[in-house]
Amino acid sequence: METPNLNYIKNLSGGDLEFEKKIIDIIKKELPEEIKIYKTFVLEEKYKDIAEIVHKLKHKISILGLEKSYELAVAFEKNLLKREMLLKDDFEKIFTNMTNFINQLK
Amino acid sequence: MRCIIIDDESTARIIIEQLCSSVSNLNVVSQFPNAMQAIKFLNENSVDLIFLDIHMPDFSGFDFIKTLKNPPNIIVTTSDKEYALEAFEYGFIVDYLVKPITLERFQKAVEKVSQKGTTSSSVSVPVDDKNVDDVLYVNIDRRLIKIDIPSIYLIESKGDYINVKTEGKNYVVHSTLKKIECKLPSDLFLKVHRSFIINIKKIIDIEDNSVLIKKDVIPVSRSNRPELMKRLNLL
Repeated sequence: METPNLNYIKNLSGGDLEFEKKIIDIIKKELPEEIKIYKTFVLEEKYKDIAEIVHKLKHKISILGLEKSYELAVAFEKNLLKREMLLKDDFEKIFTNMTNFINQLK
Repeated sequence: MRCIIIDDESTARIIIEQLCSSVSNLNVVSQFPNAMQAIKFLNENSVDLIFLDIHMPDFSGFDFIKTLKNPPNIIVTTSDKEYALEAFEYGFIVDYLVKPITLERFQKAVEKVSQKGTTSSSVSVPVDDKNVDDVLYVNIDRRLIKIDIPSIYLIESKGDYINVKTEGKNYVVHSTLKKIECKLPSDLFLKVHRSFIINIKKIIDIEDNSVLIKKDVIPVSRSNRPELMKRLNLL
């Protein structure tokens, strides 16, 4: 599996550490919350709501430079809008990858 | 250039704000997590440029665009490539940025705005009957509800509220007849009494000092009767 990175954030920041901290703090805060919401919606089989939260997660996936995971998320979101769970297991593997990465950041 | 950012995702708003800081003449005057808050802001303020997310829950970017009477330049920011074709149907959408937005691509988009100019600067929901849309947004319980104007057949004043009756539903709105009257097309609506505005096309019959609209019998004041009669296609 591809490794998350901060290349995109660093490119945008141009050395602005305050911005880097701000965006990382938000991802640290929101990512676990959104994963929790995602899991609730999956249990309730609310396809449209799952698609909405996948859409939000998709942006965080792209910020962390996970290009292949992003494409997978795009495909999964489309499946959900057709009321299909195809790619669900692969998509959920991205959570662990992102969470492990973000937790080791100071 | 005065600009605002509308995006339901906080990460996206912060990133666009950071991107804006890389352009010298770009001033982010405010940012909003939803379109409704932005509409309220734009009722009282003007901007030169809007960074607008299309995919937002409840009220999409395209819904928002439809509320604008004099749209400023808009740069669409979205994760969805498939909205591009629809977006470019609007002449004031200058560019379409797919997230994650790079600095180079962002600067190119803003450059397009500078080249195009910022002639359209004021934004508001309809305020006069010369430039009125066929939809009206009313504020009910902090939500902006869209009403199809031709479907309105009667508006009744009730103290601090007005009751807007449409073909499908009634809406009780904290407003006045005077305020709503100026947002309705004058060729379709007429104030027939100090407490009533009617849709002329919905009249079923008229009898002396009253009109029948749907099942409502509405009084017509003596002073407004001549104008009502003038509007009717009498045989």
